[in-house]
Amino acid sequence: MTPANNRIVFENVSKFYGEVLGVNRVNLSLPPGVTSLVGPNGSGKTTLMNLMTGLVRPTQGTVSVLGLTPDQPEEFFRHVGYCTQFDSFPKGVTGYEFIYQSLTLRGITRQEAQRLACEAIERLGMGEAAGRKVAGYSKGMRQRIRLAQAIAHHPTVLVLDEPLNGLDPMARAESIALFEALGREGLHVIVSSHVLHEVDKISDQVVLMSYGYVVAEGQIHGVRSEVKEHPMQILVRCGNPNRLAARLFSQDHVVEAKLNSDGKGVLVRTRDAGQFYGLLNRIVVEEDFALEAVAPADDDVNSLYQYLIGASGGRV
Amino acid sequence: MSAIVSIRRFLREAPWQLWTAQLIAVVRIELRKALWMRRSIWIYLLALSPAFIIALHGLNSPLGRNCTLAEDTNILAGIFQLFYLRLGIFFGCMGLFTWLFRGEVVEKSLHYYFLAPLRREVLVAGKFLAGVTASGFIFGLSVFLSFTFMYAHFGAPGRAFVFDGPGLSQLAAYLGVTLLACVGYGSLFLAFSLVVKNPILPGIFVLGWETFHAVLPSLLQKLSVMFYLKQLCPVSIPSDGIMALFTVVAEPVPAWIAVPGLLTLCAAILVLACFRIRRTEISYLAD
Repeated sequence: MTPANNRIVFENVSKFYGEVLGVNRVNLSLPPGVTSLVGPNGSGKTTLMNLMTGLVRPTQGTVSVLGLTPDQPEEFFRHVGYCTQFDSFPKGVTGYEFIYQSLTLRGITRQEAQRLACEAIERLGMGEAAGRKVAGYSKGMRQRIRLAQAIAHHPTVLVLDEPLNGLDPMARAESIALFEALGREGLHVIVSSHVLHEVDKISDQVVLMSYGYVVAEGQIHGVRSEVKEHPMQILVRCGNPNRLAARLFSQDHVVEAKLNSDGKGVLVRTRDAGQFYGLLNRIVVEEDFALEAVAPADDDVNSLYQYLIGASGGRV
Repeated sequence: MSAIVSIRRFLREAPWQLWTAQLIAVVRIELRKALWMRRSIWIYLLALSPAFIIALHGLNSPLGRNCTLAEDTNILAGIFQLFYLRLGIFFGCMGLFTWLFRGEVVEKSLHYYFLAPLRREVLVAGKFLAGVTASGFIFGLSVFLSFTFMYAHFGAPGRAFVFDGPGLSQLAAYLGVTLLACVGYGSLFLAFSLVVKNPILPGIFVLGWETFHAVLPSLLQKLSVMFYLKQLCPVSIPSDGIMALFTVVAEPVPAWIAVPGLLTLCAAILVLACFRIRRTEISYLAD
């Protein structure tokens, strides 16, 4: 597989549902790893995922996944698994049957389908409930069995629409660990979620959406440094914050330096993070200043979301 | 010429083995749904009701009555043409085949098929085959039971009629026409279910078309399932008065044309269904 067709590519993609805009003029090229789609309800996250997997067709533009399109379903869906947000199942099936049946549609042998179904069920910790009817499952169990179905065939691209919905904290942590592991294995894991601090931890890149448009995309730190109108916030923990703050005030690129509420650090807002870090290095060396920690305070999905979409974007 | 070459290449290179395995998988899944779901109970009741009535007719009771073999043969022919073909199989197939895709949309489970490495044409073929198998089994069983109950109470003369006379060939013809009716109506309703949300209005239209096709011009008559089925029935029923509308075949065609004619019509309808499903998108909210 060449690097060019190891990506998920949207080229000038628009989707309209009648007169209602789904997404508009989307251009994306997503590399392997965990990608988070973030945006308020109705921002086009699910439409983007449905376009990726061929459940809806673009009104304009083209979408390809690893160089394939859904018009070649035999090849395409060998690589792609999609856990949709539809909390629905074929009637009357047990958890095991649900996964087994979908595997038999792949034209594999019964033994292979049984093996893969059991493997996926075990991976999601659904072994005890697999023999019961899905209709009797809790919301979290239904979510997990759908996740098991999406990964059962070992896809290269895993698309997950709000996969953490309905999961208890334990299952949430396990699922996040699973996504992280899959991302490390070189898979494309595309996750949409409104639990920003959770996707923030596992995302290699982020796509921020609002009203059908891609507002920003890329690695979180890269996107953050592009947001010039909001000075970067950096928390410096040190033993003598007053002295440090006084030293920083005189710099042009420092917009604000205020003592942290616990009195053990300074929260700095700067227009130029590079210059700030250079200055901090000089202060440490020249004045023998003891630092405990230096960390960006708004270099995460949540802050990006607030800066780029803000309250006007609605609730995430 | 290039079209022929590309068709030959397609036939040679297509993954027939994979498609066959997938087809069998779809048929298995759908058969289970069609035959064992609670929703199918009314179809069983509809199909088996004439067999039940004929069984009562054969009993030596106030509900039973004394008939000759010839009379009962005509009664069975009437029940087959007027109930089975025009009502039972028609509505049974309407309930069964429209639900094959509409049911998945209503229950929001169609996307599981669309997310499998499965050509949508194979899905249509698989669902159609499952529908034909289920409806063929239900109505075939009913026709078989009706036939059995109709002649069983005659004793030795009845057995002679069945095994030494025209009985078995008539039964084979009834079962064959039943299967063809399931194929014909099934293809029609499956295609409808991909186009319209509510099958009742098109169902009424098709019922009217199938009932009154005899008064249509010759070419349009050939676009009716009933046109082909009527002439394949082994026993003609009297065509007096208003009944002539249902029984007379204005321009009969031989069986060797009627059967391929019906199958061609069904194949054309299924091809249209395949074109339709290729463009189908998942938007359950709109439904």
